Amino acid sequence: MASFKPTKVQFLPKLGEKVTEETLYWKNYKSPVQIKEFGAITKIDFSPLPPHNYAVTASTRIHIYGPHSQEPIRSFTRFRDTAYGGRFRGDGKLLVAGSEEGLIRLFDISGRVALRQFKGHSKAVHMTSFLSDGFRVVSGSDDLSCRVWDVPSAVELSSLTEHTDYIRALAPSKLNPDLFVTGSYDHTVKVFDMRSGSSVMTMQHGHPVECVLLYPSEALLVSTGGRYVKVWDLLKGGQELVSLKNHHKTVTCACLSSVGNKLLTGSLDRHVKVYNSSYKVVHNFDCDASILSMAIAPDDEALAVGMTNGVLSVRHRRHQKDKEMLTSRRRRGPSYQVFVKGKNFVPRQDDFLVSKPVKQYLRKYDKQLKSFEVSKALDTALQTWTRTSKPDVTVVVIIELNRRGTLKNALAGRNEEIRGCFCVLFFRHIFDPRFSRPLLMVGDIVLDLYQQVFHQSPVVERLLQRLMEVLGREAELQQELLQVLGILDTLFTSLTPRKEALAHNGMHVTRHDIEQ
Amino acid sequence: MVERSDIRVVRCGGSKVNLRPPIISTDSRFVLCASGDLVKVYSTRTEEWLHSLQGHTNQVTGIALNPANHLQVYSCSADGTVKLWDFIDGILIKTFIIGYPLFAIYVSEKHEGVLFLHVSMATDSKNECFQLVAVHPPKSAEQEVEAKEMSVVSSHISSNPSCTAFGRGGEYIAFARRLQLNVYFFRKQKTCSFSLKATDKKGAKNAFTCIACHPTDDCIATGHEDGKIRLWRNFIHKKEYTYSTQHWHHNAVNTLCFTPEGTHLLSGGIESVLVQWQYGAGNRKEFLPRLGGSILHISASSDGQLFCTSHSDNKITVIESSFKVCGVIQGLVKGDAVLTDLMIDPRSIALVLNGKPGHLQFYSLLRDKHLYNLDIVQQEYIYEAGLDQFEVVKAAFDIKGSWLATVEERGQKSSDLEFFLKLWAFDERTQSFVLNTTITAAHTDRIISMCFSSSEETTMLVTTAEDGQFKAWCQGADADTQQDQNFWSCDFVGSYHNLKPTNCSFSADSSLLAVSFQEVITIWSPETWEMLTTLCQPPGVIRDLCFGRLSCSKYLLGTTTRNLLCCWNLLTCALEWSSSVEVSKLQPDPLSENVAAFSYQSKHTDLFVFKPSEPRPLFTNKNVCSEKVHRAVFVPREEPLNNCDESSQWLNRSQLYFLTQNMDLLTFSTATEEDRMLSSSKQLVIDDSVAVTPFYLLLGKHRQQQQKLNTQSHPAADKPQQPQGSVTIKELLHTPAHVLPAASVLCSMFVNSLLISNTGVQQDPLREEMDSEKEEEDSEEEMEACDSQQELRVQGSVDEVTLKLSKAQERELKRVRKTDFSWMAGLIDSKP
Repeated sequence: MASFKPTKVQFLPKLGEKVTEETLYWKNYKSPVQIKEFGAITKIDFSPLPPHNYAVTASTRIHIYGPHSQEPIRSFTRFRDTAYGGRFRGDGKLLVAGSEEGLIRLFDISGRVALRQFKGHSKAVHMTSFLSDGFRVVSGSDDLSCRVWDVPSAVELSSLTEHTDYIRALAPSKLNPDLFVTGSYDHTVKVFDMRSGSSVMTMQHGHPVECVLLYPSEALLVSTGGRYVKVWDLLKGGQELVSLKNHHKTVTCACLSSVGNKLLTGSLDRHVKVYNSSYKVVHNFDCDASILSMAIAPDDEALAVGMTNGVLSVRHRRHQKDKEMLTSRRRRGPSYQVFVKGKNFVPRQDDFLVSKPVKQYLRKYDKQLKSFEVSKALDTALQTWTRTSKPDVTVVVIIELNRRGTLKNALAGRNEEIRGCFCVLFFRHIFDPRFSRPLLMVGDIVLDLYQQVFHQSPVVERLLQRLMEVLGREAELQQELLQVLGILDTLFTSLTPRKEALAHNGMHVTRHDIEQ
Repeated sequence: MVERSDIRVVRCGGSKVNLRPPIISTDSRFVLCASGDLVKVYSTRTEEWLHSLQGHTNQVTGIALNPANHLQVYSCSADGTVKLWDFIDGILIKTFIIGYPLFAIYVSEKHEGVLFLHVSMATDSKNECFQLVAVHPPKSAEQEVEAKEMSVVSSHISSNPSCTAFGRGGEYIAFARRLQLNVYFFRKQKTCSFSLKATDKKGAKNAFTCIACHPTDDCIATGHEDGKIRLWRNFIHKKEYTYSTQHWHHNAVNTLCFTPEGTHLLSGGIESVLVQWQYGAGNRKEFLPRLGGSILHISASSDGQLFCTSHSDNKITVIESSFKVCGVIQGLVKGDAVLTDLMIDPRSIALVLNGKPGHLQFYSLLRDKHLYNLDIVQQEYIYEAGLDQFEVVKAAFDIKGSWLATVEERGQKSSDLEFFLKLWAFDERTQSFVLNTTITAAHTDRIISMCFSSSEETTMLVTTAEDGQFKAWCQGADADTQQDQNFWSCDFVGSYHNLKPTNCSFSADSSLLAVSFQEVITIWSPETWEMLTTLCQPPGVIRDLCFGRLSCSKYLLGTTTRNLLCCWNLLTCALEWSSSVEVSKLQPDPLSENVAAFSYQSKHTDLFVFKPSEPRPLFTNKNVCSEKVHRAVFVPREEPLNNCDESSQWLNRSQLYFLTQNMDLLTFSTATEEDRMLSSSKQLVIDDSVAVTPFYLLLGKHRQQQQKLNTQSHPAADKPQQPQGSVTIKELLHTPAHVLPAASVLCSMFVNSLLISNTGVQQDPLREEMDSEKEEEDSEEEMEACDSQQELRVQGSVDEVTLKLSKAQERELKRVRKTDFSWMAGLIDSKP
C-alpha cells in the first residue's frame, strides 16, 4: 500500500542574486555602528599594527578610533584648515597628513604636536603617504606637483610636475621604496620611479582619477574615476585588463580585502560593491549618503565607510561565537533533551537494527485532502495567514482541487466573507505569472456560481468594481507591451539580414479578461 | 505467419496476469495465475516466479483447484482444452479436449468429477451467446481424452465470468446477466429468476457487475454498476425474496468475495480500495486504500489467512487477513496505449515505458520481470473514472543512461493544457533516478518530440513543440556561479518560418541536428547553432527522422505521410534514393547500420530491414502481424549470436521488439536462439525441485533412498548407500543446530540411516544364499538343535551380538529365519 503523497508546493528559484559562498561571507557583517564626525570624511586608514586602530580624517581633525570604540581614543586637532589624507607609516607609529593650506604634518601616534612640517606646496595637499622604506614621504597636491620629502631632515628631495591637473590619488609601492603611482584629474595614471626621477608608465583612465590602488603582488593596478573602475596589468606595460561600470555615480574610493584580495569600491551613489576575482559584483552594501572614503581592516574584521554628511559607519564581522550564543539561547531547557533522547545512540557493529516505520506528518490541508474533505481543505488554504504570507500554498491547493475535479464543489455554497476573501486574493496575485492561471480559473467559477447573489452584498460588489478597473488597466498595459514588442521585432529583423526569425522567449503576453 | 527463413515472430513476456482471479494453493504457499498461454506459479512469501505450467496454445482463460486433490489444478483455455496439472512439480497430468473455445471454469465440491465451463457457441455469430455447460470428463488412463459429453446448465449467461458463482458448496448456482439474477437449484432442477429495473427514481444504474455466494448461509451478494452491494436472502421462494442494500463504492463494484468462513465480504472497484464488510453486522467495514490500479478480482485462500487482489495495472497483491500487504507480484503494465516510446535503459538494458499512471516502469526482458517503477508525477493519483490526470507522455535517455528527461501532461481533452519537463539524474548511491530540474513552462504549447545528443562528453536535450519552436537545453549554462550547479537551462531557441516542427534527431557523433518542420528538414550545427542546410522532398509532412550509423553515417532517412521513404546524402545534400512505402515506424539499430521499417499496407504489417547505403532490403518479413506497429526498439544482446545466414545476420547484435496496437509485445527469434532456449529449459526441468538446503540434503536424500529400496533392489543401486549415509551424518553434524528440525524427528531418521547402510551390506550375502538354500535343505533337521540355541542368544543381547557376528554366522542366522517352522504349529495344534 503506497502512502499518501502530499501536495507539492512548487519551489521556484529566485531570479537575480544567487547565493554563493562569497555572498554568505559578505553578508556576515553586523549592522553598522554610526559615528558622527564634524565634516565630510575624506580619508580612513587602518593601522597595520594590532589592535588595528584607524585614523579618520574629517574637517580640521584626525581622529584615531580603537577597533570597537565609539569615541576617538586620540585626536589631532592642530590644523588651521581642513586636513586631508591622514595615513599611517608601515610600523603604525607615525602618521602623515596634508591640509588645505599646503602644509604636510607628521605626527607621532602618542604625541599631539606635529613632529615635522613639510612646507613647499602652494595649494592644498589631498594625498600624502610614506614610501615603503619609511624615511620618505610622498605627497600629491592641487598645484599639479608631486613631491618627495625626507623625514629626518624635513627637506624636499624632488618635485615631479608631470600631471596637468590636480593630483587626487596616490599609492606607494610596498615592494619597491622608489616606486609610487599617482592619479590626477587630467585623466591619467602615472607610475613614478624615484631612481629616474620621472614617470615610467602612463595610463589613460579617461575620467578624472579619484583613487588608485595597487594589488599586493603589484602586478595589477586599480584606478577609479567617473563611473568607471579600471584594472591595469602593469606587467604587460599598463594594458587595460577590465573596465567595470557598476556604479551610476563617480566612484570615489576602492580598497582590497585582505582575505582573497577582493576588490571593494565605494561611490557617490551610496553603494559599496564587492567584486569576486572575475570582477562580477557579488555583494552590495547600502549606505545613507554618498561615500567619500572607505577602508577595510586586516582580516576583514571591520569595514569603515566615510560619507559626505560626516557619518562614519563601521561594520564589524560577525563571528562564529556570536552565532552560537544566539542559537544556544534559542534552544531552551529540557524540551530539547526530551526530543533528542535516544536519537544519538550509535548502534554497535553486530547490533541488529529493527527499523521503525517513519510516521508521515501531513499538513492540515493534506490531511483534509486525504480524506476527500475538499471544502475544508480550501478553507484551510484560505486562512488569512496562509493567504497573505504563503500565497503559493493557497494556489497549490486550488490547483490540486482542480486536478481532482472538485474545485467547483469546494467553491460552492460559500458565504459573503469567503467571496470577499477571493476578491482580495485576486487583487494581490492575479498579475503574478505563477498564480494568474489558476486564479483566473477560480474567478470564472466564482462568477458563474454567484452571479445571482453578487448584488446583494455591497462590499463584494465594490471589490468586484475595483477588480474590473485593475484588470482593465492591466489589459491596456499588455497591449502597449505588445506594441513595443512589435516595434522591436521590426527593428531586429531590419538589423539582422539573416533569414532566421528572432525568437523572443521572454514575456509571453496572454491575459484573459474576466468579464462580468 | 509466412516463414521464409528460420526467423519467426514470437510473443514475448509481459502478458496479463490480471485476466482471471488468481488462486492460492491450500497450503498458502503458492499463487497461481493465468498469464498468456501459461499458468504461472508464484511464491506467496517471496513473490518470486517459481515456474510456469506450459502447454496451452492459446490464452488461458480460467484456473481452478481440483476439489478432489488439492495439489492439482484445472486450467481451461481458448484453444478448447482443459488441462489438469500437478502445479508443484509443473507436470501435465491430463488433457481434456472439449472442442469449443472456453472462457471460464468452475468446480464445486458437491459435484465431484464435473467441470462447469463457460463456452461460447461458435454456431451463433453474436458474441452475446455464452453458455454454462457441465462436462463429465471420462476416466481413462490416456493423456489426451476427448470429452464430448456436455449438458447445458444454462444458456444466455453474461460474458463476465465473475457474474457466475456456486453457493453453499454447490447446492445452487447463481448467475446474473444485465438486470436479471438467476438461481439454479441442482437438486430441484429449477431456476428462480429475479430482475431489477434499469434505473430507479434516484437514477441509480442497477445492472449487475459481479456476484458472490455465501459459503454456508443462503445469501447471495451482488455488485452493481452504481457501486451498490445487494445481499439477497430467502431466494428459494420466488415471491418472498428479500434483499438489503449497502453503498460505499462510488463507481461500479468490480468484484466480490466471501471469506471461506463467511464472516466477511470483500469488495473492490475502481477506487483501488479493498473494503471488508462484516457479514451480518450491517455497515461495519474496514478499508485498505491505495493499492494501485483498480481492483479487478479478489480471491481468498481456503484457510482465510491470505487474500489476493488483482489490479488493472497488471499486478497481484497478496494481503494478510490482518489487512496488511505482504507481497506484490507485478507484471508488465500495459495500459490502453504506450504514450512514451519503447526505450532501453542503457544501464540495466531494461525496457522502459509508461506503466502505472504517472510512473515509468523498468522491465527486464531477459528475465521477464518487473524491476521497478519510477514515480514521475509525484502526485496523489485519484482513482476515479473520467478524471483528467497527469500522464507521462514523453521520455528519453541519454546515451550513458545518466540522464532521463520526461514530459508529463494533463488536459489532453480540454483546452487548458498543463505540462512539465523534468530532468532526472542517475544517483550511483541509491541506484535510481533523482529529480534534478523541473521546467514548468518549457514551451507555450505541447511538446511533440525530444531527443538527447548522442555524444559522450556533453549532454544536450532538444525539444520540439507545437508552438513552432525547438529548444536546446544544456546543463549548467550559467558559468558565473562558482559552484557547479548542475541544473538545466535553455541554451538556444530556434524556429523556421513559424512552421510546426514534427521531429528531431541527432547524428551518431552529435555534430548535426536534424529538425523537421512540416515538409522541410533543417540541419543545424549544435556547436554554433547555425542552420547549415535544408532538405525537402514534397509533398508530405515528415513523420520520422533518423541518421545512419557507422559506415552509413552520411545518410539521413526520413518518412513522410505520403508513403515515401527518402534517403538523403548529407555530403552532397541530394536525395540518394527514395521508395514508396507506407512506413509507420522507422527504427535504427544503435549497434549496426541496419534500420528497421514497419510498413502497414492492406491490413497487415510488413517489416523491412535495410542499410541506408542501398535501397535493397536485407530482410523482409511479410505479414508480421495484422495491426499497425507504432513502437519498436532494438535491444542489445548480452552475447552476440553468430548466425551466418544472411537473412538473420541483422539479429546478431541486437534483438528487435515491437508493440502492436493491441498492446502485444512481439519479437523475432532465430533458430539458433530457440535451440539455446530449449536446452536451457530442459536443464531447468531437472533441477526445478525444492531449494537445496541442508535440511533437504538430509531428508530428501533419505526419501530417495527409501524409494529406491521400495521399488528396486539392484545390488548396483544399493552399493553407494554407505558413503551417502556418512555424508548425511556429516551434513547433520556440520549444520547449525537452529536450522535442523526437532531432535525427536531426527533421531529415528538418524538411526534408520545407520541401519539401512547395514541392511544394504547384508542383502548381498542373503541373495547368494537364496541360491544355495535348496542344497542345504537336506541338512536342515540336523541343525535344528543348535539353531534354537542361537535364537536364545540373539534374544538376550541383540545389538552386541549382531555386531560381533561373523559373516558365516550371519548367513546361518538368515537361513534359520527363512526356514519354515509351520510344521511345529501343526504339532502344537495336534497335541491337545
